[in-house]
Amino acid sequence: MENTVLHVADVHKSFAGLHALSDIDLSVREGETHAIIGPNGAGKSTLLNVCIGRLRPDSGQVVFDGQNLTGKQPHEINQLGVVRVFQTPEIFPELSLLENVMIPVLAKRDGAFKLSWFRRFSGENDVRLQAEDILTDLGLGSLIGSEAGSLSRGDKRRLELAMGLAQQPRLLLLDEPTAGMARHDTNATIDLLKRIKAQGMTKVIIEHDMHVVFSLADRISVLAGGRIICQGTPEEVKADPRVKEAYLGEEQV
Amino acid sequence: MTKSSATSDWVLFIAFAAAVLTMPIWLAPFGANYPDLMQKFAIFGVFAIGFNILFGLTGYLSFGHAAFLGVGSYTAVWSFKLLTMNVLPAVLFSIVVAGLFAFLIGFISLRRSGIYFSILTLAFAQMSYNLAYSVLTPITNGETGLQLSLSDARVLDAMAGISTGRSLPSTSLFGVKMSGLPGFYFCAVVLIIGFFIALRITRSPFGTMLRGIKSNQTRMSYTGLNTRPYLIWAFVISGMYAGLAGSLLAVTDPLAGAERMQWTASGEVVLMTILGGAGTLLGPVLGAALIKYFENIFSAFNQGTLNQIFDALPDGLQNIVVEVVSLFVGDGWHLTLGLLFMITVIFLPGGIMEGMRRIGGLFTRKKPQPTSSSTTAVVDPS
Repeated sequence: MENTVLHVADVHKSFAGLHALSDIDLSVREGETHAIIGPNGAGKSTLLNVCIGRLRPDSGQVVFDGQNLTGKQPHEINQLGVVRVFQTPEIFPELSLLENVMIPVLAKRDGAFKLSWFRRFSGENDVRLQAEDILTDLGLGSLIGSEAGSLSRGDKRRLELAMGLAQQPRLLLLDEPTAGMARHDTNATIDLLKRIKAQGMTKVIIEHDMHVVFSLADRISVLAGGRIICQGTPEEVKADPRVKEAYLGEEQV
Repeated sequence: MTKSSATSDWVLFIAFAAAVLTMPIWLAPFGANYPDLMQKFAIFGVFAIGFNILFGLTGYLSFGHAAFLGVGSYTAVWSFKLLTMNVLPAVLFSIVVAGLFAFLIGFISLRRSGIYFSILTLAFAQMSYNLAYSVLTPITNGETGLQLSLSDARVLDAMAGISTGRSLPSTSLFGVKMSGLPGFYFCAVVLIIGFFIALRITRSPFGTMLRGIKSNQTRMSYTGLNTRPYLIWAFVISGMYAGLAGSLLAVTDPLAGAERMQWTASGEVVLMTILGGAGTLLGPVLGAALIKYFENIFSAFNQGTLNQIFDALPDGLQNIVVEVVSLFVGDGWHLTLGLLFMITVIFLPGGIMEGMRRIGGLFTRKKPQPTSSSTTAVVDPS
């Protein structure tokens, strides 16, 4: 297999006897956009949570670029270059948009902890310019000084995407990046994600919207009942009868 | 943008320094310009500024900061007893010892957040308070409190040939006695330095990370930041401020008692910070001054002064009014404080600073709001 970046090997996770994930084997290749789809409750978000250290698998391991992520702290995993964008916007509501994006940029530059008492935060010009660029890129340039908590839901999601992209991750995990967005915002996000793809960033994307999945994904894994029932290119997945039965039938693709 | 916000910080700092140093003049109309009270303003200002670095920036509410105040006082008095009556070593030792003590307590308490953190800090402070009365009596001198005595060693003073004579020596800064106005000016300078450092910390990347923790701690971890050392440092810094305030109490009056570590003292600094405006730079100082001022004014009233005030009223009514009002003054002044606090929290959750912003907003509302000005991009709480 060519250049596997993320390897989820034989991962099991159960909650109070319920098997949320069983026998999960998944390889994400360098530079690809890998979509994980599946019906509600299939274990998609649980899988992402295992990858970023929010949950510990009962057995098996997650290996990123030769390093075992299992048992690592969330901030350590982030510092390795694995960044997650959440489904419900996880932002800093009391801070300005600019600060929301400057914090991840600083975290990437200065590491997990740095004592910097006598510099001025607003004097970090490189960091600020980088953050402004990203915000402008995502169409939030005019709101730079607003409090993040005052944004609309769609804008909050874009802000979160900006926070993720600001760290120039090696692996970006996106949890339904277009959920709750209006159609034109969805298309704008797809365009943006395509541009990132052109830069060679590896992405794992969980998505319900098949339009989004088929416009972006290089490969697709279908999760149902905590198991991967099918893996392959969009065409292969579309053609697979098991997938139709488990998922696509409901969606009328 | 950077230039302008840096400039406005200097304006704020210089205005603050000027206001503190001219307190003996502008406090005169309020009848509050005597040294003892102004010293208290400065000392509890330091305490509240430091507390605000933890509570205002990170949102972690400690109910045990009086323990560090007490540790600071004890350390300072020991420095007076063993080394020298010069206040500088006392102040420095107090900061260091309180910082170490804060590291110990913070290291354990910060394993939890929210109410559990508050309870842990409260438990540690009460433990310190009780230990000071019991096991640690050789260090704290128990209920009597730690005091100077003629038989103290004062090694450095003895080496320098300073003899104390028959009376107890007084604290000094290179010969200047630290009582009265000089004592106030010493505390004032310390307050100004403390304010400056707090200002720099608040505006630094470190301070922004602390505000990030308050806003969404989980997100901080997923942004690659290890929140624990940030919190521990914030806790230690605020503990050092508390120790500094404790040492200043000993500088102006060289004795230390365990009651300084009691939970009511910890609660007082919480009230000061919230009353003034948690998370703002000036708020905690204003809150501290206001509470100390009211404490001083209201607790001085007694039945006699009240009868004088309401003398004009008819006899029966006068008695009733005096009876009611006397509940709120003298020993009962805490009732006034409680009411004041409740009114603030209900109507002005942002404290005095929010009140001032609202009043300021009334005058500027007419002006058009800039929608995308980059000068406002980084929210600078003053």
